[in-house]
Amino acid sequence: MSGRRIFTRPARLAAIAPYLWMALFFLVPFGFVLKIALSQTAIAQPPYVPVFDLAAGWESFKAALSALSFDNFKLLVSDDLYIFSYVRSLVVAITSTVILLLIGYPVAYGMSRLPQRWQPVAMMLVIVPFWTSFLIRIYAWINVLQHDGLLNKLLLALGIVDKPLVWLATDSAMYLGIVYSYFPFMILPLYATLSKMDDALLEAAADLGASRLKAFWLVTFPLSLPGIGAGVLLCFIPIVGEFVIPDLLAGSDRMMIGQTLWLEFFTNKDWPVASAIAIVLLALLLVPLLIYEKLQRRHLETH
Amino acid sequence: MTASRTPLLRIASVVKRFGGVTAVDDLSLDIGAGEFFALLGPSGCGKTTLLRMLAGFEAPDAGAIHLNGADIAHVRPHERPVNMMFQNYALFPHLTVEGNIAFGLKRAGLPKDEIAARVAEMIALVRLDGLQARRPDQLSGGQRQRVALARSLARRPQVLLLDEPMAALDKKLREGTQAELMQVQRRLGMTFIIVTHDQEEAMTVADRIGVMDKGKLVQVAPPRELYEAPNSRWIAGFVGDINLIEGQAAARQSGHFTIVTQNAGTIVASHVPSSAIGNVCVAIRPEKIRLSQPAPDAAASVNTFTGILTSTGFLGGVSVYSVKLDQGAVFRVAVANATRAAADGFAAGQRVSLSFAPDDVVVLDR
Repeated sequence: MSGRRIFTRPARLAAIAPYLWMALFFLVPFGFVLKIALSQTAIAQPPYVPVFDLAAGWESFKAALSALSFDNFKLLVSDDLYIFSYVRSLVVAITSTVILLLIGYPVAYGMSRLPQRWQPVAMMLVIVPFWTSFLIRIYAWINVLQHDGLLNKLLLALGIVDKPLVWLATDSAMYLGIVYSYFPFMILPLYATLSKMDDALLEAAADLGASRLKAFWLVTFPLSLPGIGAGVLLCFIPIVGEFVIPDLLAGSDRMMIGQTLWLEFFTNKDWPVASAIAIVLLALLLVPLLIYEKLQRRHLETH
Repeated sequence: MTASRTPLLRIASVVKRFGGVTAVDDLSLDIGAGEFFALLGPSGCGKTTLLRMLAGFEAPDAGAIHLNGADIAHVRPHERPVNMMFQNYALFPHLTVEGNIAFGLKRAGLPKDEIAARVAEMIALVRLDGLQARRPDQLSGGQRQRVALARSLARRPQVLLLDEPMAALDKKLREGTQAELMQVQRRLGMTFIIVTHDQEEAMTVADRIGVMDKGKLVQVAPPRELYEAPNSRWIAGFVGDINLIEGQAAARQSGHFTIVTQNAGTIVASHVPSSAIGNVCVAIRPEKIRLSQPAPDAAASVNTFTGILTSTGFLGGVSVYSVKLDQGAVFRVAVANATRAAADGFAAGQRVSLSFAPDDVVVLDR
């Protein structure tokens, strides 16, 4: 039987849909951004040269093509500002993801151990904050953390401190905001894998001489690795590019790459450099995705 | 053949309740070393709960479980010298065949070379050579079953518990596996306790069978005794197929007992338990009844009746007939098809005569 015949025509069309989506909403815009990244900034409309004008004929097209250069990428490597921003983004993303995993895993595990009828309730409690706008929740945190905010009032009232502490515009506030905002993204995939775990496996482990702790490390934990992978990716990748939370909660002395990009694009009106920053960021984020993909494939092959 | 063995396992007045339901009700049982014991019963009779108490997954509410004289009723599962083969095998999906078998050995802290030797021994025992590096989902159902067996045997438990070990296999594979299980048990001389709802399986593999109903042991006996000498009407009906007729038993006369029945005339039996004089129930296995063409002098002979053949069923090795006696009772009769023409003589609607020996009549309390 020929392999082509497995799918009917509508099924094959459906299989094309995601590729079409990718081409239309990722590859084409990516082409534009790449082109701008290879251009030079100019005081013009749009604010860069060269501009391809197909009506101007073949010769001018060739001239425009030869005007493209990698200067902006060279700038990213030569100026500390950009490198620091990238490094800070990665450090913040890694630190936040580790904190999220350390808090999220026990919570998801606890949820999966709840009596069956309480599990949907716990699930709702995790999801419900999402029904409020993200921005409003971050502003609420500003209120809580500011000089005369709830947190300082509480600490003063309890006598833990005798004068208000500085919370806002610190890294602690930023990590708090990030961990709070991404918590469900870590919980949900972890809970999904942990709740599918067959209790008989833990009984088998106990029967074969494993204490509860041993059974957790030798059975539950390895079987939850796909959930850990999914949760880590779902948090890590958007945190690297995070802009709003560090902008509103962290100090302004050090910037994450999303903030630097915003600065280049809106304040400096340097579209080409901003585009180059975006492309390097994308390349960086492809690395963990490819590693995950590779692990997934190996997982599938051995199964 | 097992009664004289010293009990390795003594279950004494064990009770287990779940909420308001008593799953195991004041149950006592001795199981000898090297015995292959089957717990048989309808679903919900408490047999699995009893097995889980032996494994340590449930703690009894009352009573004791002695293994080699020590009460293990409240010893945690990972500290018991008992292993279990789970109904759906519960193999670790992330470990290979070898990894699964070695799991319990590693927890026991055995040296590496001994673990390797034991794993190899188990692989050979259950014939899994060449599949050591496979993961459970790369194995067939029968292979998985053998991995589960090897894993539960690897620690050389004093008692191996088997929870419906063949429920997931098809009939052909199940028969082969039953034979293998018996061979393994005999070779290792280990005590096996199997839980099953399949009476043929229990009869095939076990030295003794304990039949459970509503949390109690109703009868504990070797398979043959259970079948030929059931101790109650319930057991007689539960184990195998049987004809049951109610009647009145009279005292012994010239070496025989006569039972007068409403719808099957007078039946003669060789043995009647002393407790069962008066209202009794007569039980006769279908295969113990001889079917023949109607004889003119039938009424004159002992335990011989005439009637009409109402239905026939050809099952291959045997044929099953229903006969409505002239007195009204309906008997099921099983006849071995010893020759190809054996079933030719009987057709629905014809008159037949049937007979059985007084020795084959079992008389039970009503």
